[in-house]
Amino acid sequence: MSEPERDELVGRAPTIASRLAFLQRAGGVGGPVLTTALAFVVGGLVVLATGANPFSTYRAIFDGSGLNWLFPWVTGQDRAFAAGNLQQTLLLTTSLLLCGLAVGFAFRSGLFNIGGQGQYLVGTIFSVWIGSSFVHSNGPLHILFAVAAATLAGAAWAGIAGALKAFVGAHEVITTIMLNWIAVWVGSWLFGPSGALHGKGSFPESDAITANAHLPVFWGSPTLQGLDIGFFVALVCLLIYWLTLNRTTLGYEVRSVGFNPEASRYAGMSVARTYVVAMALAGAFAGLAGAVDVLGWRFSVGVNDVQTSQIGFIAIAVAVLGRNRAVGIFFASLLFGALLTGTSTRNLDPSVFRPELAQNLTLIIQGLVILFVGADVLVLWLWARWRRPPRVARA
Amino acid sequence: MNTFAARFDGSLGARLRDPRTLGLLGIACAIMACLVALPPLTGRSPLYPVLFGIPAAVLGLATALRGERRLGWGVLVAGLLGIALGVLATHSSTSNLNLVFTASLIASMFVFSTPLVFGAIAGTFSERSGVVNIGLEGMMLMGAFWGVYGADKGHSWVVGLIVAMAAGALLALVHAVFAIHLRADQIVGGTAVNFLALGITGYFFFQLYHGQNVPEGVSTIPDVRIPGLVHTHFFGPAFGKLNLMVWLSFALVIVSWLVLFKTSIGLRIRACGEHPRAADTVGISVYGVRYACVILSGALAALGGAYLSIGFGGGAFTDNMTAGRGFIALAAMIFGNWRPFGAFGAALLFGFSTALAYRLPAYSASAATLFQALPYVLTLIAVAGVIGRTTPPAADGKPYQKQ
Repeated sequence: MSEPERDELVGRAPTIASRLAFLQRAGGVGGPVLTTALAFVVGGLVVLATGANPFSTYRAIFDGSGLNWLFPWVTGQDRAFAAGNLQQTLLLTTSLLLCGLAVGFAFRSGLFNIGGQGQYLVGTIFSVWIGSSFVHSNGPLHILFAVAAATLAGAAWAGIAGALKAFVGAHEVITTIMLNWIAVWVGSWLFGPSGALHGKGSFPESDAITANAHLPVFWGSPTLQGLDIGFFVALVCLLIYWLTLNRTTLGYEVRSVGFNPEASRYAGMSVARTYVVAMALAGAFAGLAGAVDVLGWRFSVGVNDVQTSQIGFIAIAVAVLGRNRAVGIFFASLLFGALLTGTSTRNLDPSVFRPELAQNLTLIIQGLVILFVGADVLVLWLWARWRRPPRVARA
Repeated sequence: MNTFAARFDGSLGARLRDPRTLGLLGIACAIMACLVALPPLTGRSPLYPVLFGIPAAVLGLATALRGERRLGWGVLVAGLLGIALGVLATHSSTSNLNLVFTASLIASMFVFSTPLVFGAIAGTFSERSGVVNIGLEGMMLMGAFWGVYGADKGHSWVVGLIVAMAAGALLALVHAVFAIHLRADQIVGGTAVNFLALGITGYFFFQLYHGQNVPEGVSTIPDVRIPGLVHTHFFGPAFGKLNLMVWLSFALVIVSWLVLFKTSIGLRIRACGEHPRAADTVGISVYGVRYACVILSGALAALGGAYLSIGFGGGAFTDNMTAGRGFIALAAMIFGNWRPFGAFGAALLFGFSTALAYRLPAYSASAATLFQALPYVLTLIAVAGVIGRTTPPAADGKPYQKQ
């Protein structure tokens, strides 16, 4: 590694984007894989301390996630179960992928978007509102309208944080955290008793969206949460993410501002505009995630969903682990989608390991992954040691 | 500093003409505009709020014209808001007003603000030394669970508090190692710490208590009864029987202010947060100070969490018990401009809005829910720079490398 790069990384406080770009060159995929393995080892030790067998536990979680469907030797009844589980995993992967893109895109412009959760919630609110109105409408148009509204709402919600960052310099971490909680309470109000979107039933939840607005299911049962075309929407977004960042002027500006806002300003780019656009696009991804969830398998949203949903937070782990790269985010979202499904009460065999413990184990593993990936200097130091013999310290 | 000196050295007349004094007077008037219509005063004529609100608005205008623009416009808006709220209250029935605005509203404000005070002061220490701590939520959660565990196994709330502080400090140590020595991004680290705390407390809660509630009869932090005060008219219900932790939080604010702004230790802490290189040059161990502050921050935040479980929680724990209070505490710290008394004021304001939200169902259940968003909206407005400007320590969040 060259001296300026070293200075950039360890001397002054580097931006997140420059750290990550540096790591990309230094560690490639080795770092994230190693990090994940380490987190799973620590998780395994926790399992061991509880008195269970870590190997059979991880095996049970793997089977619970339905990923064993990929093995040709799983047949008959097992295969049918595995297919059902894998559909669940991929549904979660879809939302995590889209929210991960939301966090990742903002990251690439140097902004830490903790607001994925709020943008996702705003998306669910708008899609359930549109989806449960206009009962006698045309299907595809209705879906398009709901998706567009949710996407725009997510973009606007994140755009607030982007604009505050761009024009008054308010730190995006603070503003997005605040916007998350505002979304949670506004959502609780809307779906709660006498709220504007409270349904006809007695539960504090919205009406179900009309059957016209359901996304078509292409694998599994439409009534038992089969996999809907939202999965492909997410994959298309992944492509859009990659194309935008790597093949457009906007993407170039986003990455440039992420590396060094001062230099970008000097080069004639509008840093303020880039911040607003980057946040708005990020919010659009998260808002879309909300729409895909509601129209694909949730169908209605309640106060409980609003207050307990964690998708936008887990998406931070997805983006951090995926190093904000399209491919990385895909695999990271698959990993966390599988972990969440594999440890759910329905899918994990309690005689092997209690699902209640396993769900918290998932949280611990997520925490460790973020912690280890964040410690890039440690990885770098090891990398530098491995690449060349120890040098005399600089004067 | 000049204006600061002028405010305290000048004659009374000069002090009265100082725009900041005018602004503060205006705020007092705005608050009075609202208060006159509420119990125990309960003025029933809309004239009273207007009588106080107009001077508030005029004072705001005067403040704005004398240079303190942001404060001035803020006071003007506060005055108009005071009139609106006051007039609104005069139109509400007296029985509803008496139901909501009682002296016990003050007591319940302290109940809700105390965990925020601990959290906000915890954050102030960490960030004043230059380490961003968005892991406050996780540290509070650790305190909540391990506090109740300690109190249960140790048969004493004192043991509970000690165990809570140790657990919070341990989690903070993890954050400190990654933030200080490994120079990881501090926001990423804080996020990780929050996940870890959620997982660890949930895991052990299930493992140790089988997902059931903690057995009843856990030793809880006692209330402080002030014999002379309990039976007085207004102060009795408000201050006569507050939890020990509430009084401790008052003490903590004063002590923190003294330590941070009146001692050499505080000067060192602030130097590390403002200009670590300079601090290092004069022989302060930047790493040492930052480690100490982050660990202290974890222990203090854990106290706030322990108050939730073995304080007013009555010795119970539930998964994710803090439910975002750590983030409100963070907001209070920012709202209070990284100062102990500012943070205290913000925590009281947020606590008051929560206490009010719990009583508002007397008017409208759905409005009460919406009211819970108020602290976050206020903070958003505050960081947007509409009311004054919040300025974090200059080196907040920046890793430091020794040379």
